[in-house]
Amino acid sequence: MDKYPQNTGTQEDLPPPIMHVGVAGWIRKNMLSSPTDVFLTVISIYILYEIVPPLANWVFFDAVFSGDVEHRNECREIASGACWSVIVARFEQLLYGFYPVHLRWRVNLTFILLFVALIPLLYDQVRGRKYLLWFTLIYPIFAFLMLWGGLGLESVESSKFGGFLLTVLIGVTGIAVSLPLGIALSLGRQSSMPLMRLLSVCYIEFFRGVPLITLLFVASTLLNYFMPPGTYFDLLLRVIIMVILFAAAYIAEVVRGGLAAIPRGQFEAADALGLKYANCMRLIILPQALKISIPGIVNTFIGLYKDTTLVVIVGLLDPLGISGATLADSRWQGLSTELYMFIALGFFISCFAMSRYSLYLERKLDTGHKNQ
Amino acid sequence: MSHIWADKKSRQIIIQIIVIVVVLSLLGFFVRNTLNNLELLGREASYSFLFAPSNYDINQHLIEYDSRSTHLRATVVGIINTGLVAFFGIMLATLIGFVAGVSRLSSNFLVNRIAYVFVEFSRNVPILLWILLWHGLIVHNMPHPKQAIAAYDFAFLTNRGIYVPKPLLEPAFWGVAAALAIALAGAYYFYRIAKRKQEVTGKQYPVYWVNCSLIVVLPLLAFWLLGFPAQLEYPVFQGFNFKGGLVLSPEFIALLIALGVYTGAFIAEIVRAGILAVSYGQTEAAYALGLKPNLAMRMVILPQALRVIVPPMISQYLNLTKNSSLAIAVGYMDIVATIGGISLNQTGRALECMSIVLALYLCISLSISAFMNWYNKRISLVER
Repeated sequence: MDKYPQNTGTQEDLPPPIMHVGVAGWIRKNMLSSPTDVFLTVISIYILYEIVPPLANWVFFDAVFSGDVEHRNECREIASGACWSVIVARFEQLLYGFYPVHLRWRVNLTFILLFVALIPLLYDQVRGRKYLLWFTLIYPIFAFLMLWGGLGLESVESSKFGGFLLTVLIGVTGIAVSLPLGIALSLGRQSSMPLMRLLSVCYIEFFRGVPLITLLFVASTLLNYFMPPGTYFDLLLRVIIMVILFAAAYIAEVVRGGLAAIPRGQFEAADALGLKYANCMRLIILPQALKISIPGIVNTFIGLYKDTTLVVIVGLLDPLGISGATLADSRWQGLSTELYMFIALGFFISCFAMSRYSLYLERKLDTGHKNQ
Repeated sequence: MSHIWADKKSRQIIIQIIVIVVVLSLLGFFVRNTLNNLELLGREASYSFLFAPSNYDINQHLIEYDSRSTHLRATVVGIINTGLVAFFGIMLATLIGFVAGVSRLSSNFLVNRIAYVFVEFSRNVPILLWILLWHGLIVHNMPHPKQAIAAYDFAFLTNRGIYVPKPLLEPAFWGVAAALAIALAGAYYFYRIAKRKQEVTGKQYPVYWVNCSLIVVLPLLAFWLLGFPAQLEYPVFQGFNFKGGLVLSPEFIALLIALGVYTGAFIAEIVRAGILAVSYGQTEAAYALGLKPNLAMRMVILPQALRVIVPPMISQYLNLTKNSSLAIAVGYMDIVATIGGISLNQTGRALECMSIVLALYLCISLSISAFMNWYNKRISLVER
């Protein structure tokens, strides 16, 4: 029995094997746990080696950031990488389009106040939420006056709108209006009245069945046919209406999924309490259904926001339209990659933020106990 | 009056009557305006222009077409081009989606992160931007045909597209195709027999290996016996450009890559969610029954994951097909660019052209969603 030390428990613990803790342990566990794992790690490192250094060189180290450069050939003389000077030269246009320079403070103010208006909607535990909600309610009128002018403010034609201003304008309006319309459509599809059901189904299937671009073409070429002779509709307004109608059909399908997941008992319980249809929906059904459909709704919003780029095809000057005009300028010809990468970054930031927010909301509203 | 309104049934009828009156009068308003406007323009809706010569060229046409062909034929060319890019786009997206989706679940840190970055970047940037970015990369950054980047003298990358060898098939090649068909039929037959035998006797046959070799060997044998009835025509540089071979235009490549990468990212998330949806207990139960890992994957996990994966994946395929309409941004001649683009501009018949485009896309969408409903019904769990 001498094999075992007599003084058990009095000695210091040995440190764990060095290969199982710390950085080495982490690498071993997460990158080298099996022969296949080693192989995958090697392949991944090779891929990173092939992609990251050239890309980093092109984007940062060999790139020209100077705003003094007036021509792409000057860029080529300075360095071999990206010529970001084109972004610097056209930065304001990419943001505002051709919005009059001396009035751009109005756009900035509207944009900043947009976040103030959004706060009470996004976070429910803000101090003074009640007052902020009032502000949110009047914000659309305020934004309209600020952007287009009126009531003593110098007016601006919507053909001057462009760049990311246009993207945010179409995106936010589309999101704000398509949600209630979509919910109404989904309720119509679930309705006990056959006619309502039929109309909703026709609407939803039609708008989901055709690509947005064809609808925008309809808006730009056909709407004149459908209106009394002589009616003139602003192209921007026509496009916004089409985007709303299109997104509403998708929202309707997402909310329908949420409605379908509500057990019958909930409807019956609401009936038993003597609630009328409107109250039953408002107080019992929709809060539950919308909660379930939040990921889908936010995904639809992200899709709508990305789809605002399509307006370039009917001739509106969103960031892509501005870059098209820039590329047609002989000084900046061929710099498409720089322009598109910049715009892509803009979209990535906003869409990624939206999807993170949706995750946050999902976790916050999750009253289930499945993972706890 | 209040009596009628208080009764649920009669109230519903009243509401529906009001709704139908509003909708019909709105429709009537639009139709009357349209007729009025057409009259003002001095013409009536007519589709006869479809049979007039189109007077424009299409660079990519799989069926015979030139500028003297009719608008109808131009439309058919457009439909085929849409179908072509959608078909290969779906293949590419599925491949990318499955690889990226499985990589997202990998326990290997690097693989996992690379897939994550790829998926987030691909799906959070508009598809139109991807198309234009790829198109710009090819047109502005690839070399002229003179300095083409050669891949083993087999394919040539230039700013006018990718040149690859074109297979020239002789009539005897039908023999090979027939051999392939026979091999497929035989493989299916063997699979059925083996399955029945296994159910009766419990004895397993090496179905996988037998069928694989059958499908590979039989056509190759036919190919050899018929004296190699197919050749490759290589692209050759002559004068200013490549002659011969098959050219994949920059528009087609840009569209294909963009659609594949963008939709692939969405499919990756679907695949990931599908595999995560199968609870780990299923895997453990399969192992406890003594199934080997690949059998457990094939017979237990995959069938359950596919039930979750397939419906949203088909709707992604539908999205891809609809997104292919953005081809017009780079000038790829699909449905929208032919009948909804040049034909519309040349004839000025906006109403007729757009109605054809809308009808075509509706047909595609509705038939796919009909298929999906059928599939969902077939695979939905039968609960007792």
